[in-house]
Amino acid sequence: MRGDLGDFELVTARTLREACDRVAEGYRPLAGGTDVMVLLSSGKLTHTKWVDISGVEELRQVRADERTFEMGALTTYTGVRRHPLLSRELPMLAQAASETGGIAIQNRGTLGGNIGNASPAADSPPALLAYGAEVVLVSRRGERTVPYATFHTAYKRTVAAPDELVARILVSRGDPGRVHYYRKVGPRRAQAISKVCFAGCADRDGARVRDVKIALGGVAPVPVRALEAERAIVAGEPFERVSEALGRAIAPIDDVRSTSAYRRRVADNLLRDFLRHVAHPS
Amino acid sequence: MADAPIELRVNGVARAPCVHPMRRLLDVLREDLLLTGTKEGCGEGECGACAVLVDGQLVDSCLVPVVQVRGREVTTIEGMADGESLAVIQQAFIDHGGAQCGICTPGMILAARELLDRVSRPGEADIREALAGNICRCTGYTRIFESVLKAIELERVGRAR
Repeated sequence: MRGDLGDFELVTARTLREACDRVAEGYRPLAGGTDVMVLLSSGKLTHTKWVDISGVEELRQVRADERTFEMGALTTYTGVRRHPLLSRELPMLAQAASETGGIAIQNRGTLGGNIGNASPAADSPPALLAYGAEVVLVSRRGERTVPYATFHTAYKRTVAAPDELVARILVSRGDPGRVHYYRKVGPRRAQAISKVCFAGCADRDGARVRDVKIALGGVAPVPVRALEAERAIVAGEPFERVSEALGRAIAPIDDVRSTSAYRRRVADNLLRDFLRHVAHPS
Repeated sequence: MADAPIELRVNGVARAPCVHPMRRLLDVLREDLLLTGTKEGCGEGECGACAVLVDGQLVDSCLVPVVQVRGREVTTIEGMADGESLAVIQQAFIDHGGAQCGICTPGMILAARELLDRVSRPGEADIREALAGNICRCTGYTRIFESVLKAIELERVGRAR
């Protein structure tokens, strides 16, 4: 641990009301700590006022009605994996959860934190994008629901106002016949940050793809939907056309984890693998 | 922000270190409670050397602000042995060469403990997943997996008796 804790403040919120009050006063939320504490350890945490929201019961609930899952922001990766309905009906998200860090991280990291921290390499966003998720933001001013597709505005930026907390994530319950695919490529199989992660799902009429959703992480400043590639697939276009369309949807960079060219190649390979999986689900 | 007592239980004993609420659980264990069995590797949740159990759940103690374990039960490597008598997993690591330099060993053993508590008959895939968050730079992992397999077998025999 580098540096001194003297300047930092960590207060505890017991209720959602208290959490919203604190956030309105300029405190930032700390839940599982898997992002914030890394910065603290390395002496890179610049914001000093933090509110521990991990004990706020209202943010922990997972509910399911006939049409929708509501996952509280504090739902952990382990919580997704062990929830009998979520793990069965949202396989892309469950797979993303199982590939995020190791067990110790999965026990602590939360969905709200994963999207709120807004890393472009995060593992759950492509799954949530492909599901057409919505995000409920809460503040003292009330609640509002935004499509997850509009949540990320730029690198590490979201539509959440400084006084707003991610409260819940809403996902429609799945069609039983849908084919799901999620694959993450990192430097090694476990406990690694993604170079590229890819989520896709499709509904088929016999051999024809009736509807398809594709989203990727690690290949642009924000997680991206590949809408043009989706349309090309539904129109029955040849792979080259779909591949070109996917190429236009992404804008990977060269950085410490990979190169732009490698990420493009991997994204294309994952597209091919996804389409093979759609044609022959195992 | 002022230090304040944080009440918790560590290896079955009630403790109340007077610390900053954002202090890392790892530092509280090592520096305030002088339980230096828990190691620091990377300090960013990548290596698992600092893994402990909180209410039976595996966590990286470098990523846990101590205020979040108020009222909870923390189990560290010091809580594994019963006096001079080592836990089955500890003995298996000794017998099968699962420990070399020793820095990763406490985290490995806690991760293995969590696996054995969670999965009734863990297979090799379960072991690989359970230890995926723990990095070892000495053994090449094979002897660690062998140690855990042996511990699984011994615990099963122990329960059957």
